[in-house]
Amino acid sequence: MKSVQTVEGRAIPFGQKNVDTDVIIAAKWLKTISREGLGQGAFESIRAQEGNIFDDPEYAGASILIAGDNFGCGSSREHAAWALDDMGIKAIIAPSFSDIFSGNAFKNGLLAIALPQEAIDRLMEVAKTEPITIDMESMSVTTPFQDRFSFEMDPFRHQCLMEGLDEIDLTMAKSDAIERHEKNTDSAMHWLKPAAA
Amino acid sequence: MTEPKTLYQKIWDAHVVDQRDDGTALIYIDRHLVHEVTSPQAFEGLRKAGRKVRRPDLTLAVPDHNLPTTARLDSQGNKVPIADPQSAAQLEALEANAPAFGIRYIGASDINQGIVHVIGPEQGFTLPGTTLVCGDSHTAAHGALGALAFGIGTSEVEHVLATQTLQLTRSKSMEIRVDGELGPGISPKDLILHIIGVIGTAGGTGHVIEYRGKVFETMSIEGRLTVSNMSIEAGARAGLIAPDQATFDYLKGRPMSPKGADWDAALAYWKTLVSDEGARFDTSVTINAADVAPTVTWGTSPEDVVPVNGNVPAPDSYADPSKQDAARKSLTYMGLEPGQAMRDVAVENIFIGSCTNSRIEDLRAAAGILDGRKKADNVKWAIVVPGSGLVKAQAEAEGLDRIFTDAGFEWREPGCSACLGMNPDKVPPGERCASTSNRNFVGRQGPGARTHLMSPAMAAAAAVTGRLTDVRELTR
Ligand code: SF4
Repeated sequence: MKSVQTVEGRAIPFGQKNVDTDVIIAAKWLKTISREGLGQGAFESIRAQEGNIFDDPEYAGASILIAGDNFGCGSSREHAAWALDDMGIKAIIAPSFSDIFSGNAFKNGLLAIALPQEAIDRLMEVAKTEPITIDMESMSVTTPFQDRFSFEMDPFRHQCLMEGLDEIDLTMAKSDAIERHEKNTDSAMHWLKPAAA
Repeated sequence: MTEPKTLYQKIWDAHVVDQRDDGTALIYIDRHLVHEVTSPQAFEGLRKAGRKVRRPDLTLAVPDHNLPTTARLDSQGNKVPIADPQSAAQLEALEANAPAFGIRYIGASDINQGIVHVIGPEQGFTLPGTTLVCGDSHTAAHGALGALAFGIGTSEVEHVLATQTLQLTRSKSMEIRVDGELGPGISPKDLILHIIGVIGTAGGTGHVIEYRGKVFETMSIEGRLTVSNMSIEAGARAGLIAPDQATFDYLKGRPMSPKGADWDAALAYWKTLVSDEGARFDTSVTINAADVAPTVTWGTSPEDVVPVNGNVPAPDSYADPSKQDAARKSLTYMGLEPGQAMRDVAVENIFIGSCTNSRIEDLRAAAGILDGRKKADNVKWAIVVPGSGLVKAQAEAEGLDRIFTDAGFEWREPGCSACLGMNPDKVPPGERCASTSNRNFVGRQGPGARTHLMSPAMAAAAAVTGRLTDVRELTR
């Protein structure tokens, strides 16, 4: 995973609540065996509408997306995170995220930053004309108008993102503990091994 | 005295491999179900890094999402090629990846094939007290047997394949207690739609839900699977129902269930899997079963529910301005007017299937309504898609297939079908579908498709009258 220290740039003031992953990337785009190229399918149903925010030249090249409550709900498809990444989004700011989506975002080095609704309202305003900065070190979101909003992040995820650590490698370093667990259950709960069908 | 524990906490504690100071834990995964859509990039990742699957014996692969539900073999017994090249490539990838990594694979024309969440319990792969994951959000279904089961993304699929663990933070616990009894003609699907209507699609976010109360104790395993399946639609990553005699009876003798002495040991352990008296839940919700009516959705979120005898709500009736706005958008998409009676809504398509409602009991309920009746003329397309080859065979043995085909339904091969617009089964743009699936999202059943979620019996009733109908009018 690549390390992420800061994300700075224009933000799309999208603001919609309950954006499900079917909206982020529709099912027909899931028939891929690669992680790349999904940006073209991102928010397809919204982009089909005239004058939609995603094709507004004002926000061309934006690296941040601002959304409403419960972003990324619905299907577990990681394609949603890949699609956002592929369209150049590096961070999403919303009042809350679905559990699965925030996990998927993290695994792909995308920041899912949760801030209270008042902060979102303010950032939605600022984003119309100005860039926004997310600093991982100080865990804060700032604007050129001296706004400053602190956010929290799971310490493990924070460290992985800052240092660009590969999660599988980190876990593999614990293989002794995994083996111990397997040995214990194998004797104490032998039934756990699936019967050969 | 030790602290009383919730069922969730017991399962969690039994699977902690390594506890970090920051509260996250490395959790051992006992069961991993793999399907074709969310796995190719995970296998690709393993290959690139030169990693193996740590426990192929704890992993089971089956295709379901992309598979057409038409005949899989021609009259000569040869595989029927899949027309869509991308679907074909995804299916081939799984068919190649599974043996390459030593994973048991149930192929498209195997009688054991079916939707992942139907075959897990059916094969006895899903067991109480286990941790079970799958790259699919409806993995929550397996919680019906008392397994801690949740959907994961593709990177997590790769992580589980490589390490048989996941790095997780413990969720909060939520108790949904349903007291009383469901009325006649009211099914588990009506109940879970009602629950989602009460707590909202974000109501369970960050929680694992445990369903408690007499209603669940007397509910069949099939019904429990329907309820737990839709936990994700209430925002919860997982649902749980404490295993009991019904669970044990259901599992005994299944192909992958423990046998002999293992069964006895398992049973003794499973009997401890209940939330202790006095265990504390972070959130508690109580629902009165008597309040649950035959329920349908009117909008494009599973929380947009209304009793079938009710009316389309007015967007202004919501206090939250963003919900008003969402309701307006939903109504435009759905082609409905505020105040319109749900029972006046005509449907052109009927879909009975999906991991929510494609088990034998669901098919029996629908067939019970359709027996001796025909679909209405305005219903253009009506399909029944059994959840697995075994469900299909059982239904055929009971003569249910004939009831469906006599009523004008198509009888299909198992798969996800019209639950999502990924395979050839789609609802045409602008048309309505009475569907037993779990998501009424915009475009879910095909671009522009208008979905009304409901129970199998209600979908069958809609087929007979050609409009949304209170099934109790048709029960004999
Ligand atoms: S039936 Fe629908 S919800 Fe269930 S696994 Fe298939 S696509 Fe997902």
